Amino acid sequence: MSRRYKCHKISEGVAEGEAIISKDTIMFYLIDPSTGTVIEPHHDIEGKSVAHKIIIFPGGKGSSVVQADGLYQLNLKGNSPHGMIIQYPETVLISSAIIMEIPMVDKVEPAFYDDVRDGERLTINADDGYIEIMD
Amino acid sequence: MELTREQNDMLDGKYGKGVAYAMKIQVAVGEAFDAPRMVPITRAHVALSNQEADLWFAEKMLEGGAKCRISPTVNPGFCLSYFTEHHMVPKEYADLMQRTHNAYKALGATLTYNCTPYVATNIPHFKEIVAYSESSATPYVNSVWGARSNREGANSALCAAITGYVPEYGLLLDENRKGNILVEVKADMKDDSYYHYLGMCGKKIGPGIPVFTGLPEEISSAALTNLGAELNTSGAYGMYHILGFTPEAQTMEQAFGGKEPERRVEITFEDLMDGRDELSCEGHRDIEFAMFGCPHFDLNQVRYIADKIGGKKLRAEMWILVSYHVKELADRMGLNEIIEKAGGHVIPDTCPDQPCWGHLKGKYGVTESPKCAYYPKRRGINFIIRDLDTCLEAAMTGRVE
Repeated sequence: MSRRYKCHKISEGVAEGEAIISKDTIMFYLIDPSTGTVIEPHHDIEGKSVAHKIIIFPGGKGSSVVQADGLYQLNLKGNSPHGMIIQYPETVLISSAIIMEIPMVDKVEPAFYDDVRDGERLTINADDGYIEIMD
Repeated sequence: MELTREQNDMLDGKYGKGVAYAMKIQVAVGEAFDAPRMVPITRAHVALSNQEADLWFAEKMLEGGAKCRISPTVNPGFCLSYFTEHHMVPKEYADLMQRTHNAYKALGATLTYNCTPYVATNIPHFKEIVAYSESSATPYVNSVWGARSNREGANSALCAAITGYVPEYGLLLDENRKGNILVEVKADMKDDSYYHYLGMCGKKIGPGIPVFTGLPEEISSAALTNLGAELNTSGAYGMYHILGFTPEAQTMEQAFGGKEPERRVEITFEDLMDGRDELSCEGHRDIEFAMFGCPHFDLNQVRYIADKIGGKKLRAEMWILVSYHVKELADRMGLNEIIEKAGGHVIPDTCPDQPCWGHLKGKYGVTESPKCAYYPKRRGINFIIRDLDTCLEAAMTGRVE
């Protein structure tokens, strides 16, 4: 039985992938586009890859150009994340997700954060406003 | 979101594909924030970056027939004439800058190539509704001038310049401009470099709108520029308040909207040093260059450097990045000549995170700006971060401790 949680659409679409959880905010420019690996020193997920995954993180940080460029470069190399689940929406990150057509949601039921584990398979359906943890 | 007939026509393509695409993005952003409507803007600043995504987006708008309704000022790429004349940039990158220039020119942008428009060329008035991207620009226009901008991305700001509207949410509304974090600075802010380090404390400050107390009575515009630039390097902040200094924080009551702060944070001297060191390489080494002007240095800062290094000989190359008008003034006032004689360069229109700095790859240099150290990491350029005087000393001796 998969478990389903309500959420709110930011960037449209449906995506599936493995969950990766970051406690730190993310700046997509310091991710190596050729592997999807986070290269920012001291980052919570330094050395891990976000390629094809669904990233669960607080939100974005950094300058107003680097999110779009970071995601664009990942996309060119076929290493974009499949989806994003955030808590603190801000315009730089969400406009970048919308332009790069990566599904993104926020306002997820709090129980999701208690239940979800790194590496679990997730489905995000931004259009219908839910996330599923697949068993 | 409720749109006017004109806005609906834009969305439906009656003003061309480019305008329709811009409006579609803005409506999606507005709906993500539950904005009820779109409101007109009277100014914009686009953080042009001369990166592939930036050019792809600008050209896509142009191919769709878009033209800016509100001509935005733009950020620096690199100074094409200087770097090609000095053979410092390969042809492919010169071509990229030329294409970026052509695209923004055709879109009708104001080609300032400067990241500090809010102190010279594009200054909003109190409560003016604007769309500013660029790390240091959004907090400056909101906090210092009391204008109203969300923390736009370079792309969303270009969309706003094209449609002439922004969705109404966030910092455009009174109730979202109140502080919620009291940040008590318990350290001596020795010079403007320390505002860089304070801005780097975003992780400790946490999400929201900080209200700073304990800062000196006099704060220079360069210091405020530094603070905003780094708040958006260590985090994502559209606005801050400084108690008794910024216009919407004359009293605690006004700054917090009559509520109690949700969080209290104390910033000590150790926190500032952590802010400085987080992105810095280890010192105690020889250095080959010094880089200043991220964000662009103003005339006072250029004059300060000319005074300090005038008549001396630098051991390390020095690059001081400025706006085209500060460069013009530095030429006119003889400051540039003094700096050139010592072995330094005052360069307009240029950002440290650009392909014109290929010759610095693998080298170590000094800067007073953590932001300057952060983004060029991907280009393999290494920085030791110190306050400005220490950096100037290092450029003269060729070594930093």
